[in-house]
Amino acid sequence: MRISVISAAALGLIASTAFAEEVLPTAVSFNDDGAVEQSLSGTAGDAANGRIIVGDKGQGNCVACHMVNDLADVPFQGEIGPPLDGAGDRWSEAELRGIVANAKVMFEDSMMPSFYKTEGFIRPGNAYTGKAADDTFGPLLSAQQIEDVVAYLATLKE
Amino acid sequence: MKILTGALLATVLTASFVSADPVDDTLILNEDITLVTRTAAPAHLSDAFDEVMSGWLFRGTETRAMQADDFDNPGMIFVEKAQESWDTVEGTEGKSCASCHDGMESMAGVKPTYPKWNEEAGEMRTLQMQVNACRTERMGAEAWGYDKGPAINMEAALSSVSRGLPMNVAIDGPAQSTWEMGKELYYTRTGQLELSCANCHEDNYGKMIRADHLSQGQINGFPVYRLKNTKLNGSHSRFKGCIRDTRAETYKPGSAEFIALELYVASRGNGLSVEGPSVRN
Ligand code: HEC
Ligand code: HEC
Repeated sequence: MRISVISAAALGLIASTAFAEEVLPTAVSFNDDGAVEQSLSGTAGDAANGRIIVGDKGQGNCVACHMVNDLADVPFQGEIGPPLDGAGDRWSEAELRGIVANAKVMFEDSMMPSFYKTEGFIRPGNAYTGKAADDTFGPLLSAQQIEDVVAYLATLKE
Repeated sequence: MKILTGALLATVLTASFVSADPVDDTLILNEDITLVTRTAAPAHLSDAFDEVMSGWLFRGTETRAMQADDFDNPGMIFVEKAQESWDTVEGTEGKSCASCHDGMESMAGVKPTYPKWNEEAGEMRTLQMQVNACRTERMGAEAWGYDKGPAINMEAALSSVSRGLPMNVAIDGPAQSTWEMGKELYYTRTGQLELSCANCHEDNYGKMIRADHLSQGQINGFPVYRLKNTKLNGSHSRFKGCIRDTRAETYKPGSAEFIALELYVASRGNGLSVEGPSVRN
């Protein structure tokens, strides 16, 4: 993270458009309800890619805790959180962005991990190695991945 | 939330997923001893649970059956190995465990009380630490590595002769500060996923987390033979795996943290029968 932040800043002048609109994990602005109005990447989300992220063990792995009927082809869906069916009816895009970026802002003490957060952890590790985090440490999902997931969730209507 | 959960259960049934509740079954060992796999929660836990349950109740029919018969329980092979080392003279003093203790059966009743405060040494000892104290101080032999083959085999053997006796670790007096430390660790949300032991094993036992059926994370069955890695696994190694899965930096087997956590988790199972070596997936 450190490194990419610095180089993004250094490159700011030259590559202004590439980074200009990306909101850093430390700069996300939640409203009083825990929703996030502003796109994190500045680029519209790709729902088809979001669908993959939600089901993929190596990416969002949301199905570890949530069932999604639309992803019936993904085996072993968990039941820790509510089913995501109809999430697009229940929540606005800004609310969905807030929930995925950091659900604990909306749901106090939620068990749901914060997918766009880089600070405030106790004994953060280097992925699933059991070793301490090093300078490759970044959020669980990138800004664009969050936007893709939000775009997908918005399609889940009942 | 409540309504959503009801709807969810209905979907689970129609989609023919594994039922998530613990089974209603009785563990009878070798068609002889009936083990206590569910019982009233110990007093210190009454805020969290009415009932404590062995991990055995959360496993599949075949896995449960394997544990019920010593001929089918792969963990018993390691118990036999430990029986050999029990009788083997090692170290500078020319002694074996049997030189001081008679047969392994003389150890019945020991396992349920560990981890336990050792007054002379002024330390909290797990069973493996006590075995190593005997090896280094009385036999003049080398200490075994924590949760390593010979140590875990011996723990399984010592457990096997206590099967059916209720877990009964002391948490007061000199044990209290260690117990408090273990409790603190149990409720700390570690790693990038910010999950505590309690998030999974207290708030969500009985539910599926991806392909895993969450139990209460009890250690009355340890050491456990896991079908997944086909060997005996110690409780500290299990703790390490669970913490790693929160994307955290883990502690080491044998560390002060895991000794404290073992005492605390053991105390959550006070009243459940000793089951080790048990069988899990
Ligand atoms: C470790 C468990 C866990 C994981 C992993 C997880 N969630 Fe959640 N999620 C929850 C829980 C629990 C809630 C319920 C909110 C609460 O009360 O804490 C929730 C709530 C939600 C909600 C609101 C539910 C509704 O419709 O009312 C959405 C949307 C959601 N999660 C999306 C996701 C997405 C997308 C991912 C992956 C990128 C994800 N979750 C990963 C546990 C999890
Ligand atoms: C992200 C979820 C999660 C967290 C957090 C977690 N565990 Fe587990 N744990 C599991 C799963 C899944 C299993 C395997 C199924 C089962 O027995 O619950 C397991 C198994 C266990 C077992 C084996 C139980 C048996 O009967 O074989 C113990 C003991 C245990 N966990 C203790 C702990 C402790 C102590 C902590 C905290 C340091 C912890 N767990 C944190 C998910 C978790």
